[in-house]
Amino acid sequence: MPRPGFVLDVDRSTPPTLFWRGEGFSLERLPADRSRIIYPPEPLAGLDNLDGHIRDALLNPLDMDPLPELLKPDMKLTICFDDASLSLPKMQRPDNRQRIIEAVLDMAAEAGVDDVHIIAALGLHRRMHEYELRHVLGDRIVDAFLPKGYLYQHDAEDPDNLAVIGHTDEGEILEINKRAAESDLVVYANVNQVAMDGGWKSLTTGLASYRCLSVHHNPASLQNTRSLMDRHHSALHKSIWRMGKLLRDSGPKVFQVETTINTEAFPAPFEFLAKREWEWTAKDRSLFLASSKSLNKLPNRTKRKIFHNIEAPYRTTSVHAGFTETVHEKTLENVYKQHIVEVEGQTDILTMGIPFISPYNPESIMNPILVMCMGLGYLFNMYRGKPLVREGGVVIMTHPTYEEFHPVHHPSYIDFFDEVLADTTDPAEMSTKWEKKYAEDEWYRHLYRTSYAYHGVHPFYAWYWGAHGQQHAGKVIIVGGYAAAVRKLGFTPASTMNDALEIASDTVGRSPTISHLHVPGVLVADVK
Amino acid sequence: MKALQIKRNVGKFGAARMLGAMSPAGAAKVGPLEFRSIDDPECPGDGWHRVRTRLAGICGSDLSLVAGQASTYFDDWVSFPFVPGHEVVGELMDDDHADMAAGTRIVLEPVLGHAARGADLPFDGAHPADGDDYAHLAVTSPQGVEPAIQTGFCCSTGGGWAPWFWAHESQLHALADNAVDFPDERAVLIEPFAGGIHAALLAAPPLADVDQPVVAIIGAGTMGLAAVAGLRRYVPGVRIVVGARYPHQRALAQSFGADVVVPAAEIDRAVRREVGCHMLGNGESGPLSGGAHVTIDAVGSDASLADSLRITKPRGRVVLLGMPARVDLDLTGLWHREIELKGAYTYGTETLADGTTTSTFALAIDTVTALHAEQLVSATYPLLDHVDAIEHAATAGRRGSVKIAFDLRDHA
Repeated sequence: MPRPGFVLDVDRSTPPTLFWRGEGFSLERLPADRSRIIYPPEPLAGLDNLDGHIRDALLNPLDMDPLPELLKPDMKLTICFDDASLSLPKMQRPDNRQRIIEAVLDMAAEAGVDDVHIIAALGLHRRMHEYELRHVLGDRIVDAFLPKGYLYQHDAEDPDNLAVIGHTDEGEILEINKRAAESDLVVYANVNQVAMDGGWKSLTTGLASYRCLSVHHNPASLQNTRSLMDRHHSALHKSIWRMGKLLRDSGPKVFQVETTINTEAFPAPFEFLAKREWEWTAKDRSLFLASSKSLNKLPNRTKRKIFHNIEAPYRTTSVHAGFTETVHEKTLENVYKQHIVEVEGQTDILTMGIPFISPYNPESIMNPILVMCMGLGYLFNMYRGKPLVREGGVVIMTHPTYEEFHPVHHPSYIDFFDEVLADTTDPAEMSTKWEKKYAEDEWYRHLYRTSYAYHGVHPFYAWYWGAHGQQHAGKVIIVGGYAAAVRKLGFTPASTMNDALEIASDTVGRSPTISHLHVPGVLVADVK
Repeated sequence: MKALQIKRNVGKFGAARMLGAMSPAGAAKVGPLEFRSIDDPECPGDGWHRVRTRLAGICGSDLSLVAGQASTYFDDWVSFPFVPGHEVVGELMDDDHADMAAGTRIVLEPVLGHAARGADLPFDGAHPADGDDYAHLAVTSPQGVEPAIQTGFCCSTGGGWAPWFWAHESQLHALADNAVDFPDERAVLIEPFAGGIHAALLAAPPLADVDQPVVAIIGAGTMGLAAVAGLRRYVPGVRIVVGARYPHQRALAQSFGADVVVPAAEIDRAVRREVGCHMLGNGESGPLSGGAHVTIDAVGSDASLADSLRITKPRGRVVLLGMPARVDLDLTGLWHREIELKGAYTYGTETLADGTTTSTFALAIDTVTALHAEQLVSATYPLLDHVDAIEHAATAGRRGSVKIAFDLRDHA
C-alpha cells in the first residue's frame, strides 16, 4: 500500500534534503524548527493488463457511444496525440499513446474506416523527431502511416490547413487544424501527468493556431490563474473550457481517451531520488555520492545525454474514454489521488530544486528562460487553494542557470534572452512591446514549420507561465546559478543555500518559515 | 633627443612577430621599437615647423608595427629609421608660422600629402589625404622628405613618440588656447575620430533611398566608437547595431548613439532581428539571408571580416576600417552576395548628406567636443615606460581601457 504524501517538520536530527540542480543534485540542510519538507505520495499501484483496460474504456466510454459504433466505413477519422512534452521523463516503451492508437486503429480497421490521419498535437511546440515519433507511437504505426503522409505534425502556421470553428460567448476565436475540424470523429490519445493537462486543453491548444492560443496564453490570463493545477481557479482553463463548449456545439465529434500515470519516474540507479532521505540505505547513499561526484566531472552535454536517455518505469493508474469533460473529471480524480498532499498554511520562503527537464526541453537544454518557467511556472503552481509561500515571500531555487541554448530547438529563446530580457522582465510590457515581432518573425516561422524549433512566440509563453509566481513572490533567488544569467531573469544569485537564506532575510526577516517542495516526484500541495 | 624609434632590422621584426601574439610586452622588449638617443631631424625646408609633443596616442597600426605584424605592402611607403606617433597633439615651438604663434596648441593631420611634398594639389582646397594617385608618398620630395604615408612612418620628419618633430603647415590644425576648455586628452582623439567618421561617411552612399537602413559595426575600440559617433551625427536616419567584446565598450557605444549594442558574438542575431531575415544553418553562426545594408569592420581580423560577409546583405557594402594586414578569408560570401568591400583609410574632404563639403578633421573636432571624447583616454605613460604602454594598449579592451597615449608634457 503506497504511503500518502507527508509534511516533515525539520528538526536537528533531520538529514540534509535532496535538491535538484539541473543535471545534478545536492543535499541541503534546512534550518531546524521552522522548515518543513513536503514529500509527495508514493507511486500508486498501476493497472495490470493495460491493453485490456484501454479496450474496455473504448468499448464502455463515459457519456458517449462505444467507439465501434462511432466508426463508419466512409468517415474521416483523425487521431491526435500528445507530443514529446509528455511524459517527463519519457516513459518506457510501449507508450500509452501507442497502446491507445493501436487499439483505435484495430477497431477502425474492423469497421472498414480507411480515411485515417494521425496528428501530433504539438501546438506551438517543436516538431517531434522521427525517433521520438517511433518512441511514442511504435514502429508499426510510424511505418504504416508516416511514409504515406497520414502521420504528421500539426502546423499552427499553415493557413491552408486551419479552420475557424467560431467564437465563444466572450469573443474568443477557436481556430484549429482543418483536418480535425472537418473530421467525422476526432480521437484524442492523452497521457496525463499533471492536473493542468488533458480535458479540452488537449485539443484546443494542441491543434490550435497562434491567434487562438494567444487568447489565453497571455499575461492577463496567467496572472489570474490560481493555479495551473486547479482548473476551477484558472483563467487559462476557463477560457479553454469556453472553447471546449464551442467545440462540443460546433466542432467535430471528439472522443477523448485519457490515461493517468503514477510518479515512478526513475529507474535504477536513480531510484534514490524519489526516496525520503532518512530512509536512504547505505546503497542509496553510495549511489548518491557516486552519481553526484561522477556527474560533477562530466561536461553538460554528456550529463544531458545521460538524463534524457532515462526511460521512466511509470505505471498507468487509470484509463477513461468518451466525452471530454466527463473523462477529464475522472482523470483529475486519479491525478489528485496521486499528487495531493494536505498542507497547513503558507510559509515565508519556498525552496525547490529545478531538474534537468521541463515540458519544453525534451532531448534539449534547460535554458535560463525554462528555469524561470519551471520554477515560477510549474513548481510554484503545484498547489490548490493558496501558494505554499505567502504573498511577498521569497522563492529559492537551485539550478546552474547556464547561458546555454539549443540553437535548433530554441532559436527565438536566444533572441528573447538577449533582446527582450535586456529590456524588460515584465510580462505585460514584453507582451505589448515585443510579442508580435517574435510571433510574426519569418525565420522563426520557417524553423517552426520545417525544422525542430519552438514557435517564435514560445519563450513569451514560457515566461508568462511564471507570471503568477513572479507577481506573487517578493524576491526570487537562484542558488548556484550563473550570476549574469540569473540577474538577467530579474532574480538574485546566491552561492549557497545559507547565502540565499541570508539574502532572503532582507525580505522576510531573520527567522522565516520555510517550505521545501520535494522534487522528485510530483505533488500538488492542498494548502489550507 | 631621447625618443622611441623603429629601425629596419629583420631579426628584431621576426622576434617581435614570434612573441607578439603571446606577449605584447615581450614584443615591445625584443622588437624593433627602441628608446634611444637620436639625432635631431633636420628641417625639411620652407613651410615646416617644429612641434613639441604633448600627447601622442598609440594606434592599432602602431601596435602592428611593434609586434612585427605590419604588412609588407607598406615597405615602399615608409622610410627607416622612423619615430612612430601620428595621433598627436602638440604645440608650435618657434615663432616662424605666419598665422600661429609659438606655443599655439595644434593637432596634427599626419598624412604627408601633396602640399607637404611640394606636389600639385589634386584639386583646389584638397586636404592632405585627398587624391587618387599615391606616387607623391612613395618618392623623396624635392625638399628631401623621404617616402612615407604619414608622419610617424617617415625618417625625415620625426614623429609623435619623441619630444618634438617637424610638421608641415598643411598638417597643422590650431586648437583653442584654453587647454581646460579643450583638453589635450580630447585633442589626441581627433585623428582617430577623423578615421572613424570617414568610415561612417563611406557607409552613407549605399543607404541613400533605403527605408530603415541598418549599419552594423564590428568592434568598439576607439575606431569603432568613432564610427558610431560619425554615423549618428552625419548619416541621418540610420539604425546602428554594434557588436563589442567588452562591457565598457558596449556602454560607450550606447552613449555615442548606437541603437542596439550586443556582445560581439551576438551581432549576427542582433542584425537578423533588426532586418527580419533568416539565419541559415542550424542557428549557429550561419550566414544571414539578408543583413545589414552596410557593415563597418573596425577590427580587421580574419574572424571580423568573415562575420562582416555573413551579416551584410547581398549587394551591401563592407567598410574595412580596422587595418587588416594578412588574413585568411573565404571570399565565397563576398562573391555570392556581390558585396562591395570598401577600404577606409584616413580622411580628407567629405560631402555630407545636405551636399555641403568639409574636411573630416573639422567634423572630428566638432565630434570629440560634443562627446567629451577625453573620457576615452584611459591612461598615459612617459616614453620611458613604453613597454608598459604598449602592453596596455594591446590589451586595452580586456583591461577596461580604450585609448592609451604617451604624455610628454613634462618635457616642456
